[in-house]
Amino acid sequence: MTAILVKNLNKYYDNGFKALSNINLEIKKGEIFALLGPNGAGKSTLINIICGINKKKDGEITVFGHDIEKNYKMARSKIGLVPQEIATDSFEKVIDTLKFSRGLFNKKSSTEYLEKVLKSLELFKKRNQQIRTLSGGMKRRVMIAKAMSHEPNILFLDEPTAGVDVELRQSLWKNLYDLKKNGVTIFLTTHYIEEAERLADRVGIIHQGEILMVEKKDKILEKLGDKRVIITINKTSKNLKNILIKYNYQKKKNKLIFSLDLKNNRNSVSDLFKDLINNSISFYDVEIKKNNLEEIFLKLIDQ
Amino acid sequence: MNIKGIVAIYKYEMSRTFRTFGQSIASPVLSTALYFIVFGSAIGSRIGEIDGVNYSSFIVPGLIMLTVLTQSLSNASFGIFFPKFSGTIYEVLSAPISPFEITTGYVTAATTKSVIVGSIILITSTFFVDLNIKYPFEMFCLLILICLTFSLFGFIIGVWANDFQRIQLIPSFVITPLTFLGGSFYSISMLPEIWQKISYFNPIVYLISAFRWSFYGEEEIDLYISITTIFIFLFACLLTIHFIFKTGYRIKS
Ligand SMILES: Nc1ncnc2c1ncn2[C@@H]1O[C@H](COP(=O)(O)OP(=O)(O)OP(=O)(O)O)[C@@H](O)[C@H]1O
Ligand SMILES: [Mg+2]
Repeated sequence: MTAILVKNLNKYYDNGFKALSNINLEIKKGEIFALLGPNGAGKSTLINIICGINKKKDGEITVFGHDIEKNYKMARSKIGLVPQEIATDSFEKVIDTLKFSRGLFNKKSSTEYLEKVLKSLELFKKRNQQIRTLSGGMKRRVMIAKAMSHEPNILFLDEPTAGVDVELRQSLWKNLYDLKKNGVTIFLTTHYIEEAERLADRVGIIHQGEILMVEKKDKILEKLGDKRVIITINKTSKNLKNILIKYNYQKKKNKLIFSLDLKNNRNSVSDLFKDLINNSISFYDVEIKKNNLEEIFLKLIDQ
Repeated sequence: MNIKGIVAIYKYEMSRTFRTFGQSIASPVLSTALYFIVFGSAIGSRIGEIDGVNYSSFIVPGLIMLTVLTQSLSNASFGIFFPKFSGTIYEVLSAPISPFEITTGYVTAATTKSVIVGSIILITSTFFVDLNIKYPFEMFCLLILICLTFSLFGFIIGVWANDFQRIQLIPSFVITPLTFLGGSFYSISMLPEIWQKISYFNPIVYLISAFRWSFYGEEEIDLYISITTIFIFLFACLLTIHFIFKTGYRIKS
């Protein structure tokens, strides 16, 4: 089932800047989708348009089949948004701001549910404190709690873990997983490739307002993921260069780092080992590394 | 209809008000007391009666108007400007709540606050003068209507403004002068003829005239003309707001 469908979306800001061009995107119900891209790529712009904060120029967007303009109440009632910037009334109490959020979305008040949200984000003890008395990371969690306060089916998180410590980041990831288990669709943007790698089912890459690719995370890794085989040899031999002439490799002390194209040649690893052994190059350590998203990402936007 | 959303905005705005309630009440009460001492007692005792009402009592409706108009404008403009300024507007924009409902929440809250302040000034004035309000019910309806109209106007200013100066601009350069010149402290009929004519272009004259009628039963300007003027202004504000939200002007980029 489709949660969000974006068709031929273009966005110009008032100053004429074209922030998004011809975006087509489908987000499936229950998946975690991560949108990756450098600063200024258009991630926030895309999120803000879907959520009703920015205007689109043309194109069509539906949320569970509801057009975000013609049927905005239905569309928006499904969505919770955690914007990139922390914005709260710092004199408001934590619990009050959650009640406000819930009310805005026309949900019956439920202290019980809100307390559950606060507990899951480890904010329960702070519930009666003014927001200004919280730390930066806690404020961000308040933003997340606000977005969850009306039980959304889709959660947008625009860089949820910016400025959040490692421990909290991991507990947040767990929160997101739990939400996913409950059928919530999650759309997040991030600069931390690790985050996308750990969390996402699918990854989209956006650059200068264009979506360069959308793939299952594993597929991207597989597709673009040349593997590197790192072999540590016992002693270098003089004719090493001649023996290995057909390989693309780097030498660092007694480590040889090979880039092998596993996609097109399934025998490349065994061929390499054969060559090494036939030429009596003995080795004592072998490591195989996949390229991670970061490298793939840099490769993509380099093109 | 997103009633809970309207209530959420209303409650939030009222709690924001009550956080600084002392200050938002103390200052109008203080300035009203000063006006009574200066204009009512000191100068007023030498002026005598206007239209059969002694001067101290005569200025009560105008004084209430003076405060209530500026309060309505600043409450409503701040109510919507502040979230824009601090970024918290994102939540209202992304909620399933219509422009009409958003406006209702903010404007009714601002109206409530102005009516409270107006009532407090009215009570304060009874310490200085003997008040006999001829049409109390009509007086209260007019107060609400005027507060509502100017809260709508303030809401528009708040949407239009993109810095703090602009919020102050219209209240201090347009509304306060017009209120002073609109007969808060004198009767239009006391002016030379040419200034009387010019005064009729001042919309505040009609508000004060109608409001003063509810106190003393004397109308400087035909009551129906006054009330029609108020309603025209009210509908002009509603139309402007409708237009603003339709185009997303200054709220959505
Ligand atoms: N209100 C605006 N007016 C004009 N241009 C804007 C406006 N908001 C954003 N932009 C431009 O649109 C482009 C995309 O911005 P956006 O905030 O969507 O980037 P992003 O991918 O979220 O970046 P980041 O990772 O830094 O958050 C940028 O070049 C930005 O300068
Ligand atoms: Mg961004």
